[in-house]
Order: sequence, then C-alpha cells, then structure tokens
Amino acid sequence: MSFEIKLNDGIFCIPECNECKKIVWPPAEFCNHCFGIVSLKEGDFEAKIIEFSSKNEQYFCIVEFEKTFRIIATIFKTPNIGQSVKISKCGISNGNYFFVVI
Amino acid sequence: MNKVGIIGYGITPFTKEDKKIESVLLDSAKELFKNNQKINRDDVDAVLVSTNNNSKYLSPILSEMVGIQPKIAHSIENLCNSGTNSIVSAYSYIASGMADLVLVTGAERYDSPGSILEWDNSRGEYKHPIFWASIFAKSYKREFSISDEQLALVSVKNHKQAKENPNALSNKTYTIEDVMNSKKLTEDLRLLDCSRPCTGSSSIILGSEEKVKELSENPVWITGIGQKTTSAGFTKNTSFSSMESTRQACETALKMSKKNIKNIDVVEIHDAFSVCEPMALESLGFIKEGYGMNMIKELHSTDNFKINPRGGLIGCGHPLGATGIAQTIEITQQLQSNASKRQVDDANIGLIHNMSAAATSSTVLVLEK
Ligand SMILES: [Zn+2]
Repeated sequence: MSFEIKLNDGIFCIPECNECKKIVWPPAEFCNHCFGIVSLKEGDFEAKIIEFSSKNEQYFCIVEFEKTFRIIATIFKTPNIGQSVKISKCGISNGNYFFVVI
Repeated sequence: MNKVGIIGYGITPFTKEDKKIESVLLDSAKELFKNNQKINRDDVDAVLVSTNNNSKYLSPILSEMVGIQPKIAHSIENLCNSGTNSIVSAYSYIASGMADLVLVTGAERYDSPGSILEWDNSRGEYKHPIFWASIFAKSYKREFSISDEQLALVSVKNHKQAKENPNALSNKTYTIEDVMNSKKLTEDLRLLDCSRPCTGSSSIILGSEEKVKELSENPVWITGIGQKTTSAGFTKNTSFSSMESTRQACETALKMSKKNIKNIDVVEIHDAFSVCEPMALESLGFIKEGYGMNMIKELHSTDNFKINPRGGLIGCGHPLGATGIAQTIEITQQLQSNASKRQVDDANIGLIHNMSAAATSSTVLVLEK
C-alpha cells in the first residue's frame, strides 16, 4: 500500500478519495463510501489531543486530524487535552506503525 | 421463530495450564455430557467452537473426540465476544429450524493470539489492550471526577465474588490498598485492575422448545439478543467514557425480550478492566452516566452479588473464546437457583454483556426461567 511506503520513509500522508473527497481512514486503496480511488495528501497536518495516559513516564495520546480520524501517538512533553500538535516522527518498526507528535 | 432454550452446560476450572487447545476444548464438552446423561449425542445437529486460537478445523476435531457426527460444524471467532457470538449462531440455527440441538464449546489457551488486534494500526505501537483501557480509565475518571481508589473497588468486589466460584482463576481476596499497591502498568491502570489471560473451557447445549422440554427439568430460555458493531478500530469509538455498541445491543435485546432494564435480577458484565464495569452498567442503562461506582459500592457493601456473581473477568480470568459461554452458564445457574454461595435472591431474569476490542462490538443476551 502506498500509504505504508510513505510511512516507512517517515512521511505521514492523509488518504483522500479522488471522487467524493472523503478522508479514508484507516488507509485503503479504495474509498469505503463510493469505492473511488484513494490518493495521498502530503502536508504539515495539525491534530488535536483528545485523551492521553502514560507508561513508564512516557506519554501516549489519542490525536484527531481534520476532525475526522484519530491515531495513538507518543508525546514527550506533558500533554493537555485540546492541545494542537503535529507529527514529528513516524514510521514502521517491527511491522507496527509508530507516530510521535510535538 | 422457534423458541430456544438452554438444556445443559459443562465448565472446568480456569487455569494457567499449558495444554493443547484440542484438550482444553474437550475438558468442558466431556463435563457437559457427563452432567447431562439424557442427551443422546447422535441427536446433536451442530457443533460450534468459539476460540481465537489459530488451530484449524477445531469443530470437526471436537465432534470426533466426543463421538458426534453433526450436520453443521464450524468455528466462530470475534475476539473477546466469540462466546456469545457462537451462542447467537446456535440460537439462529435452532430458531430457523435448521437444527434442534446445538453444542457450543469455547476454549482458549493462556497465550491466545486474540489479545492483540494487529490490524488496528491506528493504535500505532500501542496495540496491547492496556493502552485502550488506560485511555478509557483516564477519560472516565476525568469526565465523572472518579479516582483510582474508587475504581479499585471493582477488583475488590469481583475477587471477593470469585472466591465463591470454584472455577475461577483467582482464589484470593484483596483490599483497595492491595489493588492500589499492585504493579502499576500505566498511569491509569494497575495489575489488579486487569482481567488475566488464562486457559479455560466452557460448553453449553441449546435446544428447540421440544428438545428443552424433553431433556431439561429446569429450563432457561434465551428471550433477548442484541448485537452491535460500531467499528473494528479502537480510535473510532465516539466516546472513551461510555460504550455505544453496548448501549445499542442492550436496547435491541430488551426490546426482543419485551423487558425493561429494571426487570433484570442478575447480570454478567464484561469487566476486562475495572473501568469497564461502571461504564457498562451505565451504557446498559442500569444507572445514569457517572454513577456506576455508586451502584457497585452499594452492592459490595451489602454483599449483593447481582453484578458479576461468578467474579467477572477480573476474578475468573479471561480465556477469550470461553468467556461469553462461561458468563451464560453463570446466569443459567443463577436462574436455576443452582449457584450455591453466589446465588442472588429471586433471580428470574438475567442479562449477559460480552464485548470485544474496547467495546467496538457488543453482544447482550437476556435469559429467563
Ligand atoms: Zn469516495
């Protein structure tokens, strides 16, 4: 999947349907609404922290993009609900996606 | 639709044993036929196996091991609510007239692959269930001003109740302090807040009205079924402090049984983690949002076993594929006034709540005498 190729290179993209312009998350080749072809938007996307917790002093938080979809990301500084963040690092490690936000 | 009832069951102790899944399956199925000598195995039309184990062809294997040549034989997997999903399938086969007698056996090993949903990449590197549970706990505590100490009572209560259950993994009681001092897994979750994976097996046999009347002296009927899947991915939950799939599944089940939540006398709740119990009680409609812990505190202080009499997942352990069936067996025993020291007074109508993957899907069953 092209999303994963980009992610593996450390680039976070937002998958969007060419036909109906809907964001398709989780990433897929076809839109789950109209089955149109999905392409990837690159950018410096902003997200908002919805909730967080921590394990061994490392915070993990649910962040929401474009009021549409959410991921769980690592954040190093103490997070706040509603705080705006951006992806600083992402990739695939041992088969798992990982995301870091600042 | 034909009426469907529970004829018998078999359950064996939940352990940490390392044994083959086929042997685990056989444990409770054997127990079932030992306990229900009137059942002629040649009459079993379908054998359904509930498990997250990756082994193949388990239903035909179990059938062969117990000497049954069923018309219908297959496995059912839906993570933690595989058990009640299998019961719903059995119900459907009987209600439609495709089968009259269906054996449902659930089994899991302590190292079940069902604990982790690899597909859910939106969780990033945080795929272990302790992460969604931590988010639930944090969100619930924030929204309703609940403390860790308050939530710890769920574990205290359920371990206390599990002590009266000879099949439970836990045989110990704990204080709030014990829970608070247990290993901190995350900021919002301690070891004793969690249900533990284990090896376990449970079997139930369902039948048509005619079969139930012929084979059971103390029949229990399935009168309500509700199911809802809102997503597969955890981050798509619309709320992290309530369970939408549970709310919808319960509404459907109560409607089908023509009952009100106030009519329910005894309940099995899917307390995978402490916070799940108050959240589920609220989403099922037993009490208004944010007041689940008040209800739990009241029940605990009066030694009322109404919620999770067998000790819940926290007290019993959580062998995924067996859990929903074990919950259903507990409610059956309660309605048959056969739950010994766990018996709830005047139990006529019971409810089972079984869910998967952070409540992205839920099954609710209503059982009646
Ligand atoms: Zn589309």
